[in-house]
Amino acid sequence: MAGSTHASPIDKPASSSGRKQGPGSEAWRRFRRHKLALVSAVILVLIALSVLLGPLIWTIPINDIDFSARLAGPSIKHPMGTDDLGQDLLARMLYGGRISLAVGLAAMVIAILVGVLVGAIAGMSRGWVDAFLMWLTDLFLSLPQLPLLLLIFYLFNDALKKWVGPETGVFILVVAVIGGLRWMPVARLVRAQFLSLREKEFVEAARALGASPTRQVLKHILPNAMGPVIVAATIDVAAAIIAESTLSFLGLGFPPDIPTWGRILFDAKDHLDIAPHWALFPGLMIFITVLTINYIGDGLRDAFDPRRVL
Amino acid sequence: MLQGSWGFSFVSRMDVDQLILQRLPTTLVVIGSSQLLALAIALPVGIYAATKPYSIFDQIANTLAFIGFSLPTFFTGILLILLFSITLDWLPFVYRADIAETGWRFYWEHFKQMIMPVTVLGLFQAGSWTRYVRSAVLDVIRLDYVTTARSKGLAERVVIGKHVVRNALIPVVTLVALQMPAIFGGAIVTEQIFRVPGIGSLLISAMLANDTPVIMAVTFVFSILVVFCNLLADVIYGWLDPRISYR
Repeated sequence: MAGSTHASPIDKPASSSGRKQGPGSEAWRRFRRHKLALVSAVILVLIALSVLLGPLIWTIPINDIDFSARLAGPSIKHPMGTDDLGQDLLARMLYGGRISLAVGLAAMVIAILVGVLVGAIAGMSRGWVDAFLMWLTDLFLSLPQLPLLLLIFYLFNDALKKWVGPETGVFILVVAVIGGLRWMPVARLVRAQFLSLREKEFVEAARALGASPTRQVLKHILPNAMGPVIVAATIDVAAAIIAESTLSFLGLGFPPDIPTWGRILFDAKDHLDIAPHWALFPGLMIFITVLTINYIGDGLRDAFDPRRVL
Repeated sequence: MLQGSWGFSFVSRMDVDQLILQRLPTTLVVIGSSQLLALAIALPVGIYAATKPYSIFDQIANTLAFIGFSLPTFFTGILLILLFSITLDWLPFVYRADIAETGWRFYWEHFKQMIMPVTVLGLFQAGSWTRYVRSAVLDVIRLDYVTTARSKGLAERVVIGKHVVRNALIPVVTLVALQMPAIFGGAIVTEQIFRVPGIGSLLISAMLANDTPVIMAVTFVFSILVVFCNLLADVIYGWLDPRISYR
């Protein structure tokens, strides 16, 4: 290991600058350098705000059927046009955005929780526990996701619907399935971080001071392993949004009275020739959301990469 | 199951294995050619971008790759249908397996209807692969043995082609093999958009019709395909790097 006179390279930037600077502000300083990521963050916040607050301002109900305005293009009265039942698309888009974003976030939380847990246990314990957990991770990694998603949906959809009602049932199922199939990369990442971090001097020092393994993990190892995990979490939100829209697009996600972005797209695809706006808006929203999230992830990767000097 | 008897489809009144055998070639052709397209884009673009990092070409390629893998396949599919089938009316948007033509016309019609599904799948994959190839080549290109090869006076083309790419491809193959499940997922969506009569759309229609034997069989076939792709990746390792061998 490095000589006793040297501090470990991780706490060097903080001590070398005159002002006391936390790792968070350091990362923020680097993140700001990535212009596209910054722009993306602003756009994403705008989308999230409009989805959250929009229905308060745009008060047309999502299921207000008006046959005189069927398949109308964008106009002042309906800025995004209407669908085949004359329902206002802007209202439906705002409502669907809430669900799409909520699914993305919730699925990400599940994926990260499971991933960190599995990775941390595997990283701290040697021997058969580690081997078994990694074997499990590899097993899950080699599963074809979409077919499995569809299969689970097919098997459990009806049971859950009876149990907690159609809306919450589908929400729980979608979130659990998407989150439950995306924890593997996180687990591998966390394990790799743990394997290298637990041999570092500062953890050894904590151990020498008599810190319990739980305290070592929570206070010393986990905070240092969080950088890549946060990046993975961002990307996971994007992937979950895509997965949810894919499910809805295949007609298997939320029921038709809950218009998520994918669902609107699915309903629109049979009317492409006469009402292209109907498909374009939700598709564009999915695309912009996913693109901005991916860019933010890219910016965060730069910000948290300790090898990079900016 | 293992004896080859996969049951009887409730809906289409056929044996499941026949049903799948009818559909499988279409899926394999579409997936296969889209992968070839993705590789044909990703390899040269990624390698060229890595040889001139942070140049204008590199930045454009990076941005396009980002857009490529942020666009969900179903949205690209719909955009292409809007553009080429409805506005321009060049390509058919429904894939048909029974084209009543013979000779060259038969192949031409097949080719025309395959363009869009293959492009959609191929571009999506090309986006992420370009980034993998670029970073893998960047990792290798600074190593000492590359400098040695250059200082021996080898042409740049030979250095890149023989020394850099061969080593850079090993992590790329791993990632491609790991991505195989995602590719099949994308294929299901694409088949659904373009009504390609492959096993992906068979799965969806079986699921909507509660046709359990077909669902089981199709998921089984997908798993076999994934396992087979991983095996293929292992074989390619051995070819790329003779030090890795299984004896």
